[in-house]
Amino acid sequence: MAVAGPEVGVEKEAARPAGGGSGRRGAAVRLGLMAVPVAFFALFFAYPVTAIVGRGLKAEGDWQFGRIGEVLSRPDILDVLWFTTWQAFASTALTLLIALPGAYVFARFDFPGKQLLRAVVTVPFVLPTVVVGTAFLALLGRGGLLDELWGVRLDTTVWAILLAHVFFNYAVVVRTVGGLWSQLDPRQEEAARVLGAGRFAAFRRVTLPALAPAVAAAALMVFLFTFTSFGVVQILGGPAYSTLEVEIYRQTAQLLDLPTAAVLTLVQFAAVGGILAVHAATVRRRERALKLVDPAQTSRRPRGPGQWALLGGVLLTALLLILLPLGVLVERSLDGADGPGGYGFGYYEALQSVGAGGSSTFLVPPLEAVGNSLRYALVATLIALVIGGLAAAALTRRAGRLVRGFDALLMLPLGVSAVTVGFGFLITLDKPPLDLRTSWILVPLAQALVGVPFVVRTMLPVLRAVDDRLREAAAVLGASPLRAWREVDLPLVRRAVLVAAGFAFAVSLGEFGATVFIARPDNPTLPVAVARLLGRSGELNYGQAMALSTILMLVCAVSLLLLERIRTDRSGEF
Amino acid sequence: MNTTTKCAATALAAALGVTVLAGCGSDEGPSGSGASKGSGSKTVTLVSHDSFNVSDDVLKAFTKETGYTVKTLKSGDAGAALNQEILTKGSPRGDVFFGVDNTLLSRALDNGLFTAYEAKGLDRVAPDTQTDEKHRVTPVDTGDICVNYDKKYFADKKLAPPQTFADLLKPAYENLLVTENAASSSPGLGFLLGTIAAEGEDGYEAYWKKLKANGVKVVDGWEQAYNEEFSGSAGGKKAKADRPLVVSYASSPPVEVLYADPQPKEAPTGVATGTCFRQTEYAGLLTGAKNEAGGKALLDFMISKTFQEDMPLNMFVNPVVKDAELPELFTQHGERVDTPPTVTPEKIAANREQWIQSWQSLVLK
Repeated sequence: MAVAGPEVGVEKEAARPAGGGSGRRGAAVRLGLMAVPVAFFALFFAYPVTAIVGRGLKAEGDWQFGRIGEVLSRPDILDVLWFTTWQAFASTALTLLIALPGAYVFARFDFPGKQLLRAVVTVPFVLPTVVVGTAFLALLGRGGLLDELWGVRLDTTVWAILLAHVFFNYAVVVRTVGGLWSQLDPRQEEAARVLGAGRFAAFRRVTLPALAPAVAAAALMVFLFTFTSFGVVQILGGPAYSTLEVEIYRQTAQLLDLPTAAVLTLVQFAAVGGILAVHAATVRRRERALKLVDPAQTSRRPRGPGQWALLGGVLLTALLLILLPLGVLVERSLDGADGPGGYGFGYYEALQSVGAGGSSTFLVPPLEAVGNSLRYALVATLIALVIGGLAAAALTRRAGRLVRGFDALLMLPLGVSAVTVGFGFLITLDKPPLDLRTSWILVPLAQALVGVPFVVRTMLPVLRAVDDRLREAAAVLGASPLRAWREVDLPLVRRAVLVAAGFAFAVSLGEFGATVFIARPDNPTLPVAVARLLGRSGELNYGQAMALSTILMLVCAVSLLLLERIRTDRSGEF
Repeated sequence: MNTTTKCAATALAAALGVTVLAGCGSDEGPSGSGASKGSGSKTVTLVSHDSFNVSDDVLKAFTKETGYTVKTLKSGDAGAALNQEILTKGSPRGDVFFGVDNTLLSRALDNGLFTAYEAKGLDRVAPDTQTDEKHRVTPVDTGDICVNYDKKYFADKKLAPPQTFADLLKPAYENLLVTENAASSSPGLGFLLGTIAAEGEDGYEAYWKKLKANGVKVVDGWEQAYNEEFSGSAGGKKAKADRPLVVSYASSPPVEVLYADPQPKEAPTGVATGTCFRQTEYAGLLTGAKNEAGGKALLDFMISKTFQEDMPLNMFVNPVVKDAELPELFTQHGERVDTPPTVTPEKIAANREQWIQSWQSLVLK
């Protein structure tokens, strides 16, 4: 078997540009790995989005770039831009502030119920915003906890939006940062302290630099999510607040003002591109190979009052911010089901039938939505893993501008409104062999677009942290690049793959924006079914919406918990 | 294995993966995907909004009668669904579109979305709903957007509930009304148009200034207004909502009865019948439809007695044909709303954006 590795035994910085092959061969590998994701994004993202933006900016075949200036000088649009930007910064800062201690606690401490809690804090991430709005109002609004305790109501202030953003994105930080943190060898920091560094200095000079790419990745994701926030702003902010994303939706879906929507889409593109460029620069500066260890070795029970207080604080935050709003949903799904004032499972039983309206074609028993959602999410996760996995493998091999551009391209779907993509699909995928407009496959495809960036973001820091000398050693010992990848990279990143799969699955499960436009009426997904029930008056409909939301929470929590299990079982192997 | 082979293998594996996915997907995915084929097709595709609903038996009756099977696509709320049709004009996803109302009708007609067809049985349809002389659209249902009130609140306070737009300005009803954003919500827009019809194009701004001074609350959508803010609804009771007046539909009280277990003798909410705006929903044959014959048959069927009598309990709207009878639930718990003052579709088309903008700067800022 031919050895395709680079020259051996040259001691260099671990961060040296390297890959499975040198020169032309390396380029061939990269190209091969990138071909599939590039084709996927070109067809299902770039093409539809370009088409819809072009529709807005072209008149009689000519580009009308003057429209950009016109739209951007409107005071209402400037208001939207300003609000979008500052609330995203504020939300990201607040999320990091609240969630980083959480990431540390989940990475370093052992405590009972840790797996369960880690699954539960991820649940908000998949809940439809309609439902989250309801839950959050119960915390911050009239008669909510804050109102009862201190007479404080935040439901019409910007604080409601910021806190809801923390609620949504807590898990992003805990999982992204915590995932890497738990694999950093604590002995490195201990060694620094033995050598005389203070506790803070040791953290700053040893742990923080190693953690920086993950923190940057998490911050970037949170910023993107809050910058493009839609449902939260609409529901909790009321009509007085509007983000770019809300405005794009309004201009496209409601007003069909494609020129304005196109300009706003370009602005959002530019903003997202800028953020990605900054992020890429940060990561490049800080990147280096890390010595990763089994997370089971790094976590232990908290010691001393300080650590116990930290654990307590984190648990209390999670309880107030995440469990309480979720609890409200559960309470409402039980409340009044067996007559006024009583609790019962009446709404859950009602989910199995089509309800009081008689047998309607499109009121399938809401419970069927669970099966639909799981199937769609599974297909979407597989697509996202294949596409995202190939992309991450290609990006591990650090190289020139082309690859970095590709990196940014993969993130763009997170910064583009679902309505832009959805409407883009309508005007592009309309001719055979790709008349997919009425096909169910559009749902998982749209969901996978959002899932891929998660897969890449989660796997890339870990893949890049794999010491290249391991791969070289394998090559020296006669392993082919494929075998080296299987035996070296794969075991080290399996954990990251599972985390990535969990994210992709959860995102697909809760995806609403694109699904609502594409979902076939006889196959509603869970979020779509919840929205339909909430769209009708009547106690049974409301109760069933809450019951179905609770089921969505449970399905998500159980799926994530299963992933955690697999992860623990396997981690013993290496 | 060298690098080139590896690369090829990876690409192959990836391609296989995608193919397998697509393959297994179509087994577990919903069956019968793909558009209706050719004009001889036995499938007719109906595109509509999320609120569309029909009984199983009724669709089966249509199939038995005509041989056509109905496939339905729903795509977002009424505005979004219509705009998607406009975007795909000339290459429509379906044959018939249902769900364009009088507030948006001109947008559909100006874009040449529909092909004229005079449905059989149109003579039974209420004349005031037949606004398009060229028959590009067929009226299917009407619904009234009205202020609903929480009966218990007003009984407890020994206060008479408001009945007219003018009543809503009275100090007795200060801080009681919640409505929806006219820019993003269909009932919100309907209520705004109702005030324009009642107070006139010159008077509605002054009316809204007074309404704002009297403490009207505006939320983004009907779901929040009705389920979170309105004290008379099931959701509102759980949310400890404190607004006993909400902009909703004249059919909301019967629906509160229908979806309660056990059903109460009397609806918990009532309708202020002098605050209504009437929406008429139309259906039309899409230009470029693949199955025109089937589409025409479906339009005929939509104004048949069978379909019209099925609508009230599925979509909570009123029939437009004279011979259709309302279900007992509606006659018993619904309020009769006499034809309210209205604004013509042409006027709405000409002024909609400007009205909404001035409303926004008046009420939201």
